[in-house]
Amino acid sequence: MGTTGTTDGPLLRLEGITVRFAGAQGPPAVDGVDLEVPAGRTVCVLGPSGSGKSTLLRVVAGLRRPDGGRVLLEGRDQARVPAHRRGVGLMFQDHQLFPQRDVLGNVLFGLRMRGTDRATARARAEELLRLVGLPEAGGRAPASLSGGEQQRVALARALAPEPRVLMLDEPLGQLDRDLRERLAVELRALFRTLGTTVLAVTHDQGEAFAMADRLVVMERGRVAQVGTPVEVWQRPASAFVARFLGFRNLVPVEAVGERRVRSPWGEIPFDPVPGTGSSGLPETWRGRAQLLVRPGGVRIIGGATDPVDDAGAGDAGAGAGTATPRCVVTGRTFRGDHVVLVLRPERGPTVEAACPLRGAPEEGEVVRIRFDPAETVALPPGEAGDRWEAPAPEG
Amino acid sequence: MSPAARGRAARCGLIALPVAFLAVFFVYPVTAIVSRGLREDGAWRPGRVVEVLSDPGIGQVVWFTVWQAAASTLLTLLLALPGAWALARLDFPGRRLLRAVVTVPFVLPTVVAGSAFLALVGRGGLLDDLFGVRLDGTVWAILLAHVFFNYAVVVRTVGGMWEQLDPRQEDAARVLGAGRFTAWWRITLPALAPSVAAAALMVFLFTFTSFGAVLILGGPRLATLEVEIYRQTAQLLDLPTAAVLSIVQFAAVSVMLLVHARTVRRRETGLGLTGTVDPARPPRGVGQRLLLGWVLLVIGLLLLLPPAVLVERSLSVPGGGWGLDHYRALFLDGGGTFPVAPMEAVGNSLRYAAVATLIALVVGGLAAAALTRRAGRLVRGFDALLMLPLGTSAVTVGFGFLIALDAPPLDLRSSWVLVPIAQALVGVPFVVRVMLPVLRAVDDRLREAATVLGASPWRVWREVDLPLVRRALLLAAGFAFAVSMGEFGATVFIARPDAPTLPVAVARLLGRAGELTYGQAMALSTILMVVCATVLLALERIRPLRSGAF
Repeated sequence: MGTTGTTDGPLLRLEGITVRFAGAQGPPAVDGVDLEVPAGRTVCVLGPSGSGKSTLLRVVAGLRRPDGGRVLLEGRDQARVPAHRRGVGLMFQDHQLFPQRDVLGNVLFGLRMRGTDRATARARAEELLRLVGLPEAGGRAPASLSGGEQQRVALARALAPEPRVLMLDEPLGQLDRDLRERLAVELRALFRTLGTTVLAVTHDQGEAFAMADRLVVMERGRVAQVGTPVEVWQRPASAFVARFLGFRNLVPVEAVGERRVRSPWGEIPFDPVPGTGSSGLPETWRGRAQLLVRPGGVRIIGGATDPVDDAGAGDAGAGAGTATPRCVVTGRTFRGDHVVLVLRPERGPTVEAACPLRGAPEEGEVVRIRFDPAETVALPPGEAGDRWEAPAPEG
Repeated sequence: MSPAARGRAARCGLIALPVAFLAVFFVYPVTAIVSRGLREDGAWRPGRVVEVLSDPGIGQVVWFTVWQAAASTLLTLLLALPGAWALARLDFPGRRLLRAVVTVPFVLPTVVAGSAFLALVGRGGLLDDLFGVRLDGTVWAILLAHVFFNYAVVVRTVGGMWEQLDPRQEDAARVLGAGRFTAWWRITLPALAPSVAAAALMVFLFTFTSFGAVLILGGPRLATLEVEIYRQTAQLLDLPTAAVLSIVQFAAVSVMLLVHARTVRRRETGLGLTGTVDPARPPRGVGQRLLLGWVLLVIGLLLLLPPAVLVERSLSVPGGGWGLDHYRALFLDGGGTFPVAPMEAVGNSLRYAAVATLIALVVGGLAAAALTRRAGRLVRGFDALLMLPLGTSAVTVGFGFLIALDAPPLDLRSSWVLVPIAQALVGVPFVVRVMLPVLRAVDDRLREAATVLGASPWRVWREVDLPLVRRALLLAAGFAFAVSMGEFGATVFIARPDAPTLPVAVARLLGRAGELTYGQAMALSTILMVVCATVLLALERIRPLRSGAF
């Protein structure tokens, strides 16, 4: 599975972890998950709510027994190690600070449990509070802190006993967006500095991309994809992952020739799947695929009145010409340095396009578009929920 | 052993002691009662139940027991629900003190209430002196005494919930367009309803099994099952009939407790509780002020006046005027009533109650800890079993001890420890009731957070649960102590004649006609009342410590 950062093997390794909820129908909540967290790295488990992420953390922490599979910490099976002896840290989604203790008391807790002597523990707790930016908060009650501050205290508390693995459950989920982005960057820097090994789960891709060295995307209890953020972003492993990452331009296609497919928008060239033959698709897909076009790969090639060869455009069956469908601009969202357009072509599903602010068409304008093959990704074909039927070739 | 198996084992360990305790000191005596009542000449005769119940005298007792309990419950709810609201939601000077004061009657011994109402409405009582009105021997005296006791049940159960309900939930409903009444009806009432039901059931149970007050106030005509069981045992020496009545009572109470357990189980889930915010606000508007006035009046007349009259009677000297004559008389020989001076009862009671409290705390605390983790049906059954001694009535317990524990293998008849054990048995449900909701309200993830930080299950209990329940623990201890001090129904069967407890001494003194014994009874009642009230008020002072420690 991809590149592993260290030579000593992963610090944390999950093998075939399966969890069934009592009385629940259908597939297990966590279904045979394999996962590795190398020492000093941050691995983010990304998935929609209900995909079994939090349960996975509880299994690693020893708060829940898996129905199958093993948890290995530094190569040792943890099945018989109770939660309080695992030496892992867990930061709960809603912090769970001890209400009856002040901030310092909270941070000291894990150190006290380990029997660290008072002076050392206090020094370490204060150092951590400084590290998370709350050097003066030691005497305050958790309830008097803001959400972001509670977050930092929870982090300091989890870090204080130097856990072998720090687990974060939706670490920034409850904070407002601005704070979230800032904290994500801060956290990454902090973990780098401390060399902390982190396993985080989140449903927020921005959070995951900002923090993670590696991503594990989960779909209904199973691992859908593992890779670096860049790998996942550039080459989502499935339509599910692509949609979860926010990609909208996703259509079922059929191979029609060398590195060309017929799509609902017409015939277009695409970026072949690495290591495949002339068709550009793996044999097992039997000439079918789902094609992802990144918004940046949708090029506006002129207004409707510009002189473009109209013959065959948007008509998939008529010859080898690349489709340049004509679209109406139905939505236009300003995103700072660029504009996201929603385009309705004459046929096929709507297209999302990102284009520079300068010269972006207005809402209601009619434009022609072209798809940049380099910005396409062919994904495994068909699954339930693909609403768009590829149009039959015209005879 | 895997962590899960160890958890199960730990739970079993926690539960073992309470189970053993209940088995030996409750189930075993009850079994003895059943066999005494339904076996004749070595053969089972379940038909005896019908025989006994078809006796017209007994039938009347059963009917009276039921309807007076229903009437008492209704009257108590009617008078105490406004009080529950006012004390939970209104902020006014003296609120804390008043809250403590209304709780006192509940832990006052039934005989104290009996003698207080006797002093108020009985022969030669205050109303008799002033208006020539006497209510002793009528059901009214009993109903009023029952309100006196159970006012606190409603205030504590319903008011406690009311106080903790986050008023912002109602605010949220108002913002969403609900009127003031609709918000209350849709949000607050559903949250409260289970606790009202629980309180009503408790009051019904307590009054159904009422003993001391009925014995003192009911005269020779009115008797509940409890009183009848006592009479059959102590006066008519008809043990089989007493046993049958115990069985009937036990069955009725078991049904009520099952219903109660069900109500409570629903109650303790997912409510928006504030924990730290005090939702009380000063009264606004005429309506709220009037209601507060009414609440204060009821409390004044029904809860404060009777004890005040009791004190007054204990201090009034036969020739007119005031003095400590009755108290001095306590140091004399009991005038033939006891082999010892009545004053010795004070020392006996304190000693017994201390031991009983210790037992109740250990047994009840362990049980509550084990019950905290909501688990299978077995545990829920155990929950109901724990409540049984409370409802089963002290008389059944005492009667059971009398006939079960006076022969090998367990011959404890002459052991002093029998009394504290019986008292602890009555105290255990209080401890569990006080501790369990608080323990269950602790967010389980808080415990998990502590576990992941390296706390063993025992440390988790000490570091997370204990600080949050410390107050509840003290409260439980105080309740157990006060209840043990005042325990009458069981103790009256098993206390040795030369070592009476305070309530037993009071009842004996009241049972004898005469100025001297009446005065002594009033004085002894006053002492008992002061001890119990002091414990309660001391507990009430513990309250603010909680917020200080946070």
